[in-house]
Amino acid sequence: MIPISYYLILSTIIFAISIAGIFLNRKNILVLLMSLELMFLSVNFNLITLGNYLGDLTGQVFVFFVLTVVAAESAIGLALLIVLFRNKKTIDVDDLSELKG
Amino acid sequence: MNIELITFFIFSLLLVFTCLKVITSSNPVLSAVNLVFSFFLSAVLWLLLGAEFLSIILILVYVGAVMVLFLFVVMMLDINIAKKSAAYINYLPLGIGIFLAFNALVIFFFVNTFENIDYNAVKNIEIISTSNTENLGYLLFTKYLVEFEIAGLILLLGIISAIILTYKKNPKNKYQNPTSQISVSKKDRLKVITGLKE
Repeated sequence: MIPISYYLILSTIIFAISIAGIFLNRKNILVLLMSLELMFLSVNFNLITLGNYLGDLTGQVFVFFVLTVVAAESAIGLALLIVLFRNKKTIDVDDLSELKG
Repeated sequence: MNIELITFFIFSLLLVFTCLKVITSSNPVLSAVNLVFSFFLSAVLWLLLGAEFLSIILILVYVGAVMVLFLFVVMMLDINIAKKSAAYINYLPLGIGIFLAFNALVIFFFVNTFENIDYNAVKNIEIISTSNTENLGYLLFTKYLVEFEIAGLILLLGIISAIILTYKKNPKNKYQNPTSQISVSKKDRLKVITGLKE
């Protein structure tokens, strides 16, 4: 049996990497969305690990719903990205400062 | 050192490596491919945790659908490969600080909390067979039926919003406009001519 802390530390490592990815890739919304996927992956790791160690299947059911919501979210996010690229010809976050004042 | 631990270490090291490649590679296609690899590796780790159905779902849905969507978008958008800013190192202390903070949270909160827990208190939940898929399906269709249907509605919402956002009307196409069709009244179509002599 692998200790529970190994899995939890692995998921925190993935979460920290994805936060670093959000800081690093501010030029490119696409890689920002990928970092978001990694973040959801680490959250799912936590849910499955704790569910497994507590002997409760509810964690896995919750992961199922998280996967559903993430699929819808990435579809909408990529559609928004396409609309953005069609209108502005760029996906750089720094070029999107439209608000004035 | 048993085989389970060796498998865990190999796949988790590979997982961390591919995650690092996702955020550091300059080409978005390479990022997407490394994300696919990291999903495969985490599917193996989920198998180790006994979540067989979810690991298959991760490969089928994530690698098969979501990541292919990502790759399509990468190829549709003509992105010039942006070079990363050299200010990588400025964020390194912040990243390490966040990592250590989360680790401290996990170790001091979760591990200590679950150390002395009575596992049998929660273990006797609806387990009808030894198959993970069967148990999960049983739970989904009995206890979590409403949530399951709400998940379906969320997927429908995703379909509709993605289509509406990206749909571009072609002015050359001929199409019906139902709103103006049903709002037609009698005097638009029928003209009564009076005073005509035979």
